[in-house]
Amino acid sequence: MKIILNNKEEAFEGDQLTINELLQAKNFTFKMLVIKVNNQIVKKTEYDSVLVKNGDDVMVLHLISGG
Amino acid sequence: MTFEHIKQILKTKTVGIAGCGGLGSNCAVALARVGVGRLVVADFDLVQEGNLNRQFYFYDQIGMLKVAALKQNLFRINPDVRVNTFDIRLCQSDIIEIYGKCDVIVEAFDKPEMKYMILDAVHHYLPEKFLVMGVGMAGWGDNNLIKSRQSDKLIICGDEINAIADDCPPLAPRVGIVANMQANAVLEILLGTNEYQIHTEN
Repeated sequence: MKIILNNKEEAFEGDQLTINELLQAKNFTFKMLVIKVNNQIVKKTEYDSVLVKNGDDVMVLHLISGG
Repeated sequence: MTFEHIKQILKTKTVGIAGCGGLGSNCAVALARVGVGRLVVADFDLVQEGNLNRQFYFYDQIGMLKVAALKQNLFRINPDVRVNTFDIRLCQSDIIEIYGKCDVIVEAFDKPEMKYMILDAVHHYLPEKFLVMGVGMAGWGDNNLIKSRQSDKLIICGDEINAIADDCPPLAPRVGIVANMQANAVLEILLGTNEYQIHTEN
């Protein structure tokens, strides 16, 4: 499947992934994450249930200290 | 657009700034200089000597509430700007109440938990608002790592990599770059894209 990940097209094996599978595939191990799928924020408790499918627009933002 | 025309538009606008540290104080200064009509600023903290390496305060303001010192400094730059100050530690209900009427909201917190809190509040309760966040600005150098990106009404400015650490402190240049990038994103939202500007590299 192909998705838009952080404004770039990326291809993944299979036709769906949970959020946790996507994070593993990309080696994202950050603590304070914000994830939006098609502009909806996904709660941490839903990372194993929400599915990313072909054509989805996914934003992964790592919040870090500083301001 | 001439500066006169720009000022005419901006003086009718209200920008909310959440946090008055390095990002918030410098972003507020840029927006006051160009003539944004009203700034709504919130911070619970006092000016400390350690802030002066990056935040828009002066040595003789140490010990003052940041919001009071910032208001003073903004008036010295532009006496026409209206500044609403809140010396509170913001929670979600405050954000909805204080920033609900702003045209744009600038996130200028230090802690990632607070950044998450405002993003969540604006996304769920103020979904029509633009939120301009600053993420990743500690250290020095690496100019080309600093960037911005947009996801619907969320704009993220910063390198998204460099968190604050003992050996990677926040310093005036990079913090100022991101703060002014946030102000620049606010202008693009309020004024639209400048059609007289060149937008490609070649």
